[in-house]
Amino acid sequence: MLTSILALSALALVFGLILGFAAIRFKVEGDPLVEQIDAQLPQTQCGQCGFPGCRPYAEAIAAEEAQINQCPPGGEATIHALADLLDLEPLPLNPENGAESAKTVAFIDEQTCIGCTLCIQACPVDAILGAAKQMHTIIESECTGCDLCLPPCPVDCIEMIEIKKDMLTWKWPYPQESPPDSRPDSRLEASA
Amino acid sequence: MTEFALILLSTVLVNNFVLTKFLGLCPFMGVSRKLETAIGMALATTFVLTLASVCSYLANTYLLAPLGIEYLRTITFILVIAVVVQFTEMVIQKSSPLLHKVLGIFLPLITTNCAVLGVALLNIQQELNFLQSAVYGFGAAVGFSIVLILFAAMRERLAAADVPVVFQGPAIGLITAGLMSLAFMGFSGLIKG
Repeated sequence: MLTSILALSALALVFGLILGFAAIRFKVEGDPLVEQIDAQLPQTQCGQCGFPGCRPYAEAIAAEEAQINQCPPGGEATIHALADLLDLEPLPLNPENGAESAKTVAFIDEQTCIGCTLCIQACPVDAILGAAKQMHTIIESECTGCDLCLPPCPVDCIEMIEIKKDMLTWKWPYPQESPPDSRPDSRLEASA
Repeated sequence: MTEFALILLSTVLVNNFVLTKFLGLCPFMGVSRKLETAIGMALATTFVLTLASVCSYLANTYLLAPLGIEYLRTITFILVIAVVVQFTEMVIQKSSPLLHKVLGIFLPLITTNCAVLGVALLNIQQELNFLQSAVYGFGAAVGFSIVLILFAAMRERLAAADVPVVFQGPAIGLITAGLMSLAFMGFSGLIKG
């Protein structure tokens, strides 16, 4: 009886010491906030938020210079993720930045393309292949569907195509948003 | 050498922990919705199962047996497993952030995987020695990983398949698991004696 109590206590004590030592010895500095915010953003580098890319936007959010609702490609999901991360209230997407749309990929009509390279300079992720007076084409796997190549094209030969669902692009559907009145208001109960 | 090969083959295929012994069903059903998470879980489990198997053996042989308090086996093993998992997570987080990102939340989850405790207890029950228990734990983990990854791949296809409404979701998942179990029963003739 006494042996078992002593043995188990001793074992627990030793384990506790090992873990306590490990907690100090293997301490890791927490990720800087910018990294965590940047990880939530869709990395389309489209600039619709008004910043020159996802990372600058993440830096602006971290410095509290920007709202969390300026990212149309990320949409609802990103806003909720950011709100969770930063402990803020989720806001509706800011209409000034654009509307949330289905994921698209750019397509160049090669018959009309005059090889002006203007779209290549506009592409933030180098997904357009081509040279002066040569036909251009999109590297589909690199294209983030940011629409930035559309305005500079002088002959309007680029169009955005919605990505079709197939075995490769299919993913689990997002959980349905429940209607707001069915959700118990835990905040009110907590403060009451 | 043959002995180790036999233990490995027996735990991976013939006495598969998930499909024949029905241990570790929670992560089997819970983490098999996506292939990538299943692979992460499989890697983490392999790691922890092998390590926990060895540590529990050491705790039993050098602490419980000499003191004659083998009846405390279960609670001791739970303690050992929890500590091993926690310690592993700290070390990995420090030494390899990339691996920690891959294994991520799965590591602490494994503490509650009953296959881990099952392997530790079966080791003692079958009176395996140190190396044998290590191989036994590793084999059990490989068996778990294979089945989990196969099942996740199947469920991804099932989700896109045209399943009758009443069978959709977990129902078809359980039926699939049952069929897999039946298939794995076929391995029982593989090793004679």
